[in-house]
Amino acid sequence: MFKKFSKEDIHTRTKVKTSVQRSLKSKLVEQFPKLEEVIDELLPKKTELQIIKCSDKIQLYAVGDEVLFFQKFEELIPTLRFVHKYPEAFPTIQIDRGAIKFVLSGANIMCPGLTSSGAALPEAPGLAQDSIVVVNAENKENALAIGKLLMSTEDIKSINKGHGVETIHHLGDCLWNFSLV
Amino acid sequence: MLKKVVYCGVCSLPPEYCEFTGKIRRCKVWLHEHDQELFAQLYGDDKEDVDGVAARLGQSSIGEEREEQLEKKLQKLQAREESKEQRELARKLSSRVVIRREARTKRKCMVVVAGLEVFEIDMKKLAKTFASKFATGCSVSKNVEKKEEVVVQGDIADEVEAYIHALLEEKGMKGVKVEQIDAAKKKKKTPTTTTPPPS
Repeated sequence: MFKKFSKEDIHTRTKVKTSVQRSLKSKLVEQFPKLEEVIDELLPKKTELQIIKCSDKIQLYAVGDEVLFFQKFEELIPTLRFVHKYPEAFPTIQIDRGAIKFVLSGANIMCPGLTSSGAALPEAPGLAQDSIVVVNAENKENALAIGKLLMSTEDIKSINKGHGVETIHHLGDCLWNFSLV
Repeated sequence: MLKKVVYCGVCSLPPEYCEFTGKIRRCKVWLHEHDQELFAQLYGDDKEDVDGVAARLGQSSIGEEREEQLEKKLQKLQAREESKEQRELARKLSSRVVIRREARTKRKCMVVVAGLEVFEIDMKKLAKTFASKFATGCSVSKNVEKKEEVVVQGDIADEVEAYIHALLEEKGMKGVKVEQIDAAKKKKKTPTTTTPPPS
């Protein structure tokens, strides 16, 4: 999604009304319930949230010059810098060491990379298809990508073939290197 | 409550992922300078060994054969990345900045700064600073070769040159040539040659 992305893709940049900001916050908490305890720390009431509309109907939400989360369709997707601050709040999957290289260059994650001994998937009942997951790596502390499940985690375990996760945002991509100033 | 993650100053990733960017040598030096604790944690305690393979990073379960393959590929990537950097640096050092003074109407002239695009300088921002610094109009325009250049109104070539020198030095590009060309006739000198000396 952010293979090619630069300042030229920005259309408008406006302040978000506080009422909208409130509803955004509650939506975030709804999506990631564990965020509730820290949401006020991440997004204090007085901060000025900005919405940045970009091409391809992507919307970024930023505080100051840091993009915190973005939206393509319905769901809000946190950026990696946001995830790094409070990783516990997000559903996480783990890939093995062999896959890191490919994910960092933007590839989708294949099922075997999620089921081998170095990888980890949440226990049953697992996560449903299309949910947003944070991708962590073996022996690493911080997340390296944000993705969307192309099949449910149970399916990944049983089928174990083909694309498992679509990589949306990864370390070192254009959104990661993107700065508003 | 919130975690604070250190990001590598060279490749901007969390330091544990530096090995995958192919810039690990410079990343290690940076980390050693900035966060000794994390450095020891990631790369072990041998502080001098910058080239060595990161032993602790390598713990994994993907089997020796695949690990070896991965290592090879990473080394290749590193070599490629390094040669790319060197090429880039050479290109930067061999290129030059041209400051041209051009005539407008009558006694007015403007200064055109070309050749900055190699140095990753934000032209628009530079134009803005010029405009406020010298209190003139300043803009970015495209020249005949479709390359961007900064156009400053007013006869301030020397001041602009001094500023650009400082800017390049800040970026660690001190050896870059900055050349000044005068495309406009200097009006002050012409009368002394044409008019006969009073006698």
